[in-house]
Amino acid sequence: MPSEANLGAMPFDEETRTALEASRREGRALTETERAIVGAEALTPLEAIERSRQSADRADHAPGSRQPMIINLGPQHPSTHGVLRLVTQLDGEVIRDLHPVIGYLHTGIEKQCENKTYWQAITLVTRMDYLASYFNTAAYTMAVERLLGLEVPERAQYIRVIMMEINRIASHLVWLGTSGLELGAMTMMFYSYREREKALDLGEMIAGDRMNTRFFQVGGCADDIPQGFEQRVRTWIDELPGHIDTWEGMLSTNPIWVDRTRGVGVLPADELLNLGVTGPVLRAAGVDLDLRRANPYCGYEHFDFQVPLGTAGDSYDRYTVRMREMRESARIIQQALDGLPEGRHIADDRKVVLPPRGELATSMEALIHHFKLVTEGFTVPEGESYVAVESPRGELGCYVVADGTPKPRRVHMRDPSFVNLQALRPMARGAYLADLVTMIGSLDNVMGGVDR
Amino acid sequence: MSEVAAAIEAACPGAVLADLEHVGETTVEIAADHLLTVARFIQGAPLSFTLLSDVTCADFPEHADAGRFRLAYHLYAPESGRRVRLRVWAGAEDPEVPSVTPVWRTADWHERETYDMFGVRFAGHPDLARILMPLDWEGHPLRRDYPLGGEEVVFTDAE
Repeated sequence: MPSEANLGAMPFDEETRTALEASRREGRALTETERAIVGAEALTPLEAIERSRQSADRADHAPGSRQPMIINLGPQHPSTHGVLRLVTQLDGEVIRDLHPVIGYLHTGIEKQCENKTYWQAITLVTRMDYLASYFNTAAYTMAVERLLGLEVPERAQYIRVIMMEINRIASHLVWLGTSGLELGAMTMMFYSYREREKALDLGEMIAGDRMNTRFFQVGGCADDIPQGFEQRVRTWIDELPGHIDTWEGMLSTNPIWVDRTRGVGVLPADELLNLGVTGPVLRAAGVDLDLRRANPYCGYEHFDFQVPLGTAGDSYDRYTVRMREMRESARIIQQALDGLPEGRHIADDRKVVLPPRGELATSMEALIHHFKLVTEGFTVPEGESYVAVESPRGELGCYVVADGTPKPRRVHMRDPSFVNLQALRPMARGAYLADLVTMIGSLDNVMGGVDR
Repeated sequence: MSEVAAAIEAACPGAVLADLEHVGETTVEIAADHLLTVARFIQGAPLSFTLLSDVTCADFPEHADAGRFRLAYHLYAPESGRRVRLRVWAGAEDPEVPSVTPVWRTADWHERETYDMFGVRFAGHPDLARILMPLDWEGHPLRRDYPLGGEEVVFTDAE
């Protein structure tokens, strides 16, 4: 790591140079992260070789006096689940320090939401955490519904629960497949993606789109469940526990899997909570915090399910917690299908909800409502609301500030991937480089959610 | 006055500026210079808001006299399941508030994001660098006066 004094002599990447100039202009020193990025970008490979040759020539090259090696992992690195860059200081194989550098997928979704009407913004928030798109839209629409004081019909809430739990299983299946792949269990990828395909097909059946459906609308769901959907869901969840048994049979006692995950990435529960970590990572450390249980929404209080907990808080426990969560999700879907109430799939409020398509041909009033809603959108009274749901990765919160116009003043997502990623640094310090891959996998970050 | 606001006012006199209940959510407006004391109090027993869910900001250029940048701290108490929102106005010129990272370490990245997007500085933050935008980015994109512009596309047939 270069000191402040000799920074001037080094060749810099353009971004680093201007950042340095900006900090000098503002009369402040570089912050820790800025210094780490500068240090990682300062040398070309040839210069690095030259530098290590010089330090090897020096007389004081005694054991223990060596400089840490700085390695840039990413942003293009297969084990980082997207474009995550880690500036890592290595001492041999041990990680001395690590600085996550994020923002490579930043697309300004929050800014764009401010320039769209409330119903248009649903399409944008879907694309934040792309593996949990139903949860993004659920948090957003529930925040808007709370501001409007809009009552959502019970049937719509049950359909939301079914789709969210299917999405949770699909998201955990991606985690299972990729984590397995990273640790050498290649077969897992094929098995889990086969089941995930069926989940995506269910999404296609109900919404016409496989991943980024905007099925949840303000007031309910876009449509009722189509014919044959219930049967297909039932077949899928009936088979699922058997598949999970197979997968657990492949991994739970597999010596390589156990050796690579046991005792890896442990942090005490109170430290996790202080770092804001939620979801399966926190529950693996034994903290019973699941928002579906603690603050029920969408009628979760009607369902009988367990909150799986771990004891050690290591990557192995995170694995068992997620596997058991998939079983619980299947149980919730079963109960929701059994108890699916009759009624509307969306609220009957013509000022907010589009009129049924069929009415447009016969009713002048419906046509006017449709036209007004599509062109102007609906206004939301002034106020602010924060709605949190339990996404596959933890607390996903949506903060909406309304100013009485048809466009939101502010839409902010508290994305669990973003917050949980902060725990990587304390987790990885002093660990082996090879275990870093396990830790990233067990945190299950989705970079689309981190960068938004 | 809500229970939380009353408890804060009793522990740190002069900290609570306003207190409102809206759509079932509790918001307590705090004076910026009392923020860190209030944070320490509210995090500990008996209120035990141990989880800081979120720190974010909204820009109100039309309320420059009130402070323009309105920060929202969303807190959660895992034992009681209660939520509360602390609201702090940061000031229109050189917005700055004390950092709550000494109380909740999770505030680190949230405050970096708020600094990056709104230019609100957090006094006492250990590492206040940009987080989502490149280090050399000029301006703060989520301010209302920052235009939502497209990038100019250079067509291959252009001169």
